[in-house]
Amino acid sequence: MNSTAPIVEIRNLRYAVRGRAIFDGLDVDIVPGKITAIMGPSGTGKTTLLRLITGQAVAASGTVIVAGEDVGHLRGEALYRLRRRMGMLFQNGALLTDLSVFENVAFPLREHTNLPERLIRQLVLIKLQAVGLRGAAGLMPAELSGGMARRVALARAIVMDPDILIYDEPFVGLDPISLGVILRLIRRLNDALGLTSIVVSHDVHEITTVADSVYLLSSGKVAARGAPQDLEANPSEIVRQFIGGLADGPVPFHFPAPDYFDELLSRSAPR
Amino acid sequence: MTLLKELWRSLIDALEGLGAVARFFVELVMDTPKALLRFDLIARQVFNSGALSLVIIMLSGLFVGMVLGLQGYQLLRRFGSEEALGEAAAIGLLRELSPVITALLFAGRAGTALASELGLMRATDQLSAMEMMAVDPVQRVVVPRFLGGVIAMPLLSAIFSLIGLYGAQLVGVQLMGVDSGSFWSQMQASVELRDINEGLTKASIFGVACSLIAVHQGYHAEPTAEGVGLATTRTVVTSAVVVLFLDYLLTSWFL
Repeated sequence: MNSTAPIVEIRNLRYAVRGRAIFDGLDVDIVPGKITAIMGPSGTGKTTLLRLITGQAVAASGTVIVAGEDVGHLRGEALYRLRRRMGMLFQNGALLTDLSVFENVAFPLREHTNLPERLIRQLVLIKLQAVGLRGAAGLMPAELSGGMARRVALARAIVMDPDILIYDEPFVGLDPISLGVILRLIRRLNDALGLTSIVVSHDVHEITTVADSVYLLSSGKVAARGAPQDLEANPSEIVRQFIGGLADGPVPFHFPAPDYFDELLSRSAPR
Repeated sequence: MTLLKELWRSLIDALEGLGAVARFFVELVMDTPKALLRFDLIARQVFNSGALSLVIIMLSGLFVGMVLGLQGYQLLRRFGSEEALGEAAAIGLLRELSPVITALLFAGRAGTALASELGLMRATDQLSAMEMMAVDPVQRVVVPRFLGGVIAMPLLSAIFSLIGLYGAQLVGVQLMGVDSGSFWSQMQASVELRDINEGLTKASIFGVACSLIAVHQGYHAEPTAEGVGLATTRTVVTSAVVVLFLDYLLTSWFL
């Protein structure tokens, strides 16, 4: 594969939940070796997009090609084989609560390889060192702060040396220090391990400092794409509202409702 | 008309639910051979479901046995046959009380623990994380828990019987003064292997039913606090009804 061909290629994607279209003709290309951010207002299906890329959900129509394979048509062992090439960081880390930090990071190795214990120990310590938590190897997940849990989950996500690393809202609920740490890790891991990173987020400021390119999704389509700097110069209304954090615009402040005056005067309970 | 429609719909819903449980059961059974290769995982769940339920099972067994000794003594004395107390207590415990009460306690202690654990794992994305690490959560998490319960139930029931008999002896012989020799010899003479078989068969089938209900409810719980709570409640209620219903079927089959 030549290096500029996209590693993830989404074409004309349609996906609906209970009749409500989430994506309607979505096209996305993820370039290998880069950090691509997927942004958009809450409810635009950013997390759903990740689920489609990883094969946890299947599109109604359109194709999702990851590393040359059509994810929508993979089942069972073939899907698992592809997933072994991807790492994913969940919003809250999703560490296995009955295992220690060390065992959490060792989990994929123990499940998928027959490596001797000594080697597993070394690999786990190397990954924990990379996220700065080698000293926390003996702790249980309940003893970690939110930021630490996410770093452990990151160590676990890279322990099988994936080609693609996916972050689902990695900045939610972090203090500024933890946030800085995660941002630096995203960049460092991407460059040091030669990964392709996909970061879903709605934290405009944070993500634009780290991403190489940005997709802004709105109402099931790509509203804007390009380098972070280009986005700030983009004249489109939805981009202006999103980047500027304006309360009203194409994404309305008010949830659809009957006429205000009529409803105040009517006696029936709200529907 | 609407009442009929609603009845019809709830019947369909119930059948759908039953079908879903049956399919899940088949999935678990199909995954069992592979899961057996990693017996350490199962052993840990036998500990969680079995060993951790021991105290409540033993305490309950003791009290049930003591009540049985008291009631049995009062009843048998009317016919002047107090010596038959050992026999009565043993048959009652082995065939009926041990498997049923153990199953109800098991559902309350181990079943709810399983359901809420799996439900919380779902709610905190742990199951999705496993899927993303190319590990099948049914095989890695659900099957060992299911098998752990299946193995633990008959063992717990056997312990319940043992302690129950001790309790009956405590009240009947020590307190009420039934002759110790006739208490034990009557028991020995009348209890047959088929009584023990009946009890163990019931306990095993209840173990499958309770574990299946618990892991099914937990694994398919709505990933919210409310959903996990509901799954836990449903585990207890459904297990209790199913166990008592199955008990009737099994008893009539054994007679």
